[in-house]
Amino acid sequence: MSAADLVAQRPAREPTRHSNTTRVVIYGLLAFFAVVYLLPFVVMVMTSLKPLDEVTGGNMFYWPHDLTFEPWTKAWGTACVGLTCAGIKGYVWNSVIMVVPAVVISSLLGALNGYVLTKWRFPGHKLVFGMMLFACFIPFQSVLIPMATILGRVGEVGNELSDTIGLSFGLGNPIVNLVFVHVVYGLGFTTLFFRNYYEAFPTELVKAAMIDGAGFFQIFRRVLLPNSAPIFIVTVIYQFTNIWNDFLFGSTFAAGESSPMTVALYNIVNTSTGVIEYNVNMAAAIIAAAPTLVVYIVGGRYFVRGLMAGAVKG
Amino acid sequence: MAFLEIGALRKRFGAVEILKGIDLTLEKGGFLVLVGPSGCGKSTLLNTIAGLESITAGEIRIDGQVVNDLHPSKRDIAMVFQSYALYPNMSVAENMAFGMEMRGVPKADRERAVAAVAKTLQIEHLLSRRPSQLSGGQRQRVAMGRALVRQPRVFLFDEPLSNLDAKLRVDMRVEIKRLHQQTGTTIVYVTHDQIEAMTLATRIAVLKDGELQQVGVPAEIYNAPANLFVADFMGSPAMNLLEGKVSRNGSGATITLPRQNHPPIVVAAPQSADAAKLSDGAPVIFGIRPEAVNDPESMDKNARSVATFDAPVEFVEPAGSDTFVVTHIAGKEVTARMRADAQVQTGQTHTFAFNLDKAVLFDPASTRRI
Amino acid sequence: MTTTIASSATAPARGAGFVAREWLRGALPKLVLAPSFALVLIFVYGFNFWTLLLSFTNSKAFTNLNFVGLVNYQKLWTWTFEFDPPSSWYTALVNMGLFGGLYVAFCLALGLLLAILLDQKIRGEGLLRPIYLYPLALSFIVTGTAWKLFLDPRIGLEKAIHDLGWTSFHFDWVVNPRMMIYCVAIAGVWQTSGFVMAMFLAGLRGIDGEILKAAQIDGASAFATYRRIVIPIMRPVFLSALIVLAHMAIKSYDLVLSVTGKNPGGAAELPSTFMYSYTFTRDQMAVGSTSAVIMLMTIAAIMIPYLYSELKEKPR
Repeated sequence: MSAADLVAQRPAREPTRHSNTTRVVIYGLLAFFAVVYLLPFVVMVMTSLKPLDEVTGGNMFYWPHDLTFEPWTKAWGTACVGLTCAGIKGYVWNSVIMVVPAVVISSLLGALNGYVLTKWRFPGHKLVFGMMLFACFIPFQSVLIPMATILGRVGEVGNELSDTIGLSFGLGNPIVNLVFVHVVYGLGFTTLFFRNYYEAFPTELVKAAMIDGAGFFQIFRRVLLPNSAPIFIVTVIYQFTNIWNDFLFGSTFAAGESSPMTVALYNIVNTSTGVIEYNVNMAAAIIAAAPTLVVYIVGGRYFVRGLMAGAVKG
Repeated sequence: MAFLEIGALRKRFGAVEILKGIDLTLEKGGFLVLVGPSGCGKSTLLNTIAGLESITAGEIRIDGQVVNDLHPSKRDIAMVFQSYALYPNMSVAENMAFGMEMRGVPKADRERAVAAVAKTLQIEHLLSRRPSQLSGGQRQRVAMGRALVRQPRVFLFDEPLSNLDAKLRVDMRVEIKRLHQQTGTTIVYVTHDQIEAMTLATRIAVLKDGELQQVGVPAEIYNAPANLFVADFMGSPAMNLLEGKVSRNGSGATITLPRQNHPPIVVAAPQSADAAKLSDGAPVIFGIRPEAVNDPESMDKNARSVATFDAPVEFVEPAGSDTFVVTHIAGKEVTARMRADAQVQTGQTHTFAFNLDKAVLFDPASTRRI
Repeated sequence: MTTTIASSATAPARGAGFVAREWLRGALPKLVLAPSFALVLIFVYGFNFWTLLLSFTNSKAFTNLNFVGLVNYQKLWTWTFEFDPPSSWYTALVNMGLFGGLYVAFCLALGLLLAILLDQKIRGEGLLRPIYLYPLALSFIVTGTAWKLFLDPRIGLEKAIHDLGWTSFHFDWVVNPRMMIYCVAIAGVWQTSGFVMAMFLAGLRGIDGEILKAAQIDGASAFATYRRIVIPIMRPVFLSALIVLAHMAIKSYDLVLSVTGKNPGGAAELPSTFMYSYTFTRDQMAVGSTSAVIMLMTIAAIMIPYLYSELKEKPR
């Protein structure tokens, strides 16, 4: 690599020559904000490791005096969600079995949709895409009532089926309902991501495969999919985060035993009876946040890329 | 004393030395072109003159004043960039006036200066438009206008024509030359296109890997290249460079150029070469430009030393204004530029002639011209 | 565009089976897209339409189709001006304005500031950027829970400051009905400003370096360069960020719930909570639907022009 290559790789702009005072101010501000961003989470963690009297009696900024993991075991196994007091673990599982199918299905559908919209254009494709895109942005409040009605009817059908033939095919199962809801309302975003990605994918490769005799699905499987790892990662991360963190749909369509993690957390924190166990609440919150945080730490830059693609449209 | 003086200039980025000791001078009103392949350091050199990059060692003087440590805006220079770098959110007039605005020039004066320059460059009708509404050539002119308005001591151009299509490039080249003649400003111009260098410059500096290969007037660079690199880089099509052997006979010398399947070509050593430096049996590189390889009838009448030989024609490329004929000597393709209606056919044996007045010799080991 | 190449290579005149297969091949892409599109058509557009219909009925605890025209809209319109004592809708609108305004303004300002700071060729960007961004990975419920604790006067910020000696410090906003909405704004800005920062940073980095060189030669100070050149160039990014933030503010539901708990007295009412409570708790589905429609219309008014202009500039 020649010297000039190194030059070319440097950021194209000459560093602005800052005086020392300016640099101190800049770093100072950045550090200040870093503290502001970290503080609530740090407090959350510390609170979750303190016995309750230390929380109520002490200072939230202080390191735990009697460090204990009891709030965690409590949150996991015995905290009260509504009337049941079996901790949060069941609800974590609910979230898991809801999120995984929803992410997988919506991502795959999004990939196929993006493929069709970019490599098999038809008149009106822009309108179709526009309509699916706008669907990303609707306030979910505007579909709650109809969805609740429909899901209620579906539940009735499911009950009848299980009464007559013993199977309900999952109709009326709240988790199934949630998966369905998240797939439908996630389609807009996943289609957007894949569409933008495949738009930039060389169409010549598709044409070459066509000349070689490959059909629609073959081209998808053999030409596009193998080269789609980056956008899959972005989409999966984005969908996982969104669906895991959802509250509105969870609380509306899957109340009670089948609630996802977020709803359970809300209920734990807001039980109005008795003493508020802040430390247990915080432990529960961290458990709720853990999966998406881990995903963020591991796949951080894909995460941001996904958000940017959604907002700034590629 | 020259107007622009660069002395022992060195520039490193970390461990890498980009510019390895540059010495250059340019007289007032001169047009210096820095030319060389990608990565040779010419843009870096320009940026150091501008003050956009600092230097590691050496000195830059403009009109006697040492400017090494001066901020770019204080050096009284102006620069035209490859991408024009027009401020997209401002109109053409505002773009041109921005520098003056930053220096606190009152509004009336600014407007007058802009109007005058706009008139010279014939962009008056564009003054209220935004850069995004202009064509490539128009943007180029606005970029020049922005630089002109400053009335700088030195005008710097960083590959300004690279982004234009071929036809526009030729038109703008003429404009820049005209500008130089009208205003008489001192110009330093960077390009990788050697045709631009030849047509625009009063002096050319050829750079390679951060070192100056040769500095001189265009004719010198073209006809008397200092080394193999310069010989090969300048001129299109490139100079034919053939490996041969020296044979001394008394005070004279001949060069033997071997050929496969054909008797070797023996030519008298060209006048340009210093015969004293040629030792018998030494390998040498014989350089001759395509336009100096012709058929005997078209040979320059004033040529004093001509060598003719027969050779099989391998390709014929009619190019409209010339015909390029290719044969093989000393294991290399040799291109001859013949007149358009030359009667040459592929596969035939044809008589070629070297105009030895224009030939040059190089020492293969040092690559320098003999 | 479809597989005309493959089909023309085969011999013609094969009969009805061939024709059917050919039709299938041509229609396959659309068939593949159709289910998704149908789902969107039904469950997004269809449902929105359904909700719109409901807003014209007098549904209470259950949906009915007794059309009453614009009665619900008139109701909400009257409630918009009922401020003494304030109707829920009035409170919701005021809070929407306050929260939305502060949320958008502070996210933009903070995001821009952080982006500019990070763009100054400082060291440690790899460490700082994830710190500003991680709140995005959290559920709004988690964010709200954390801030509810942090701002709690008895065990959070006020108490901590008291312990450190400054005993006259007061910060009971999170339990003060009038001030609750500001706490929601604080939590919201904390969560989303990192994202805005990422957008601005990308925008800053996309600026042609030669423009900044030209500004240097023109003698513009760093401040002038930012004010006169960089920030105006960033206008499209501003717009994108504004649109995204506005739309998130309108949809805000989880955040306000978790910061304010069970929303005592409805002081931190927002259109989203208004819709939920009127539909599911107060058994006034028609009114709830109406508020949902209004939310939808507001978002549409913001998003549609933006999406239209973005889609119009045809990508190569």
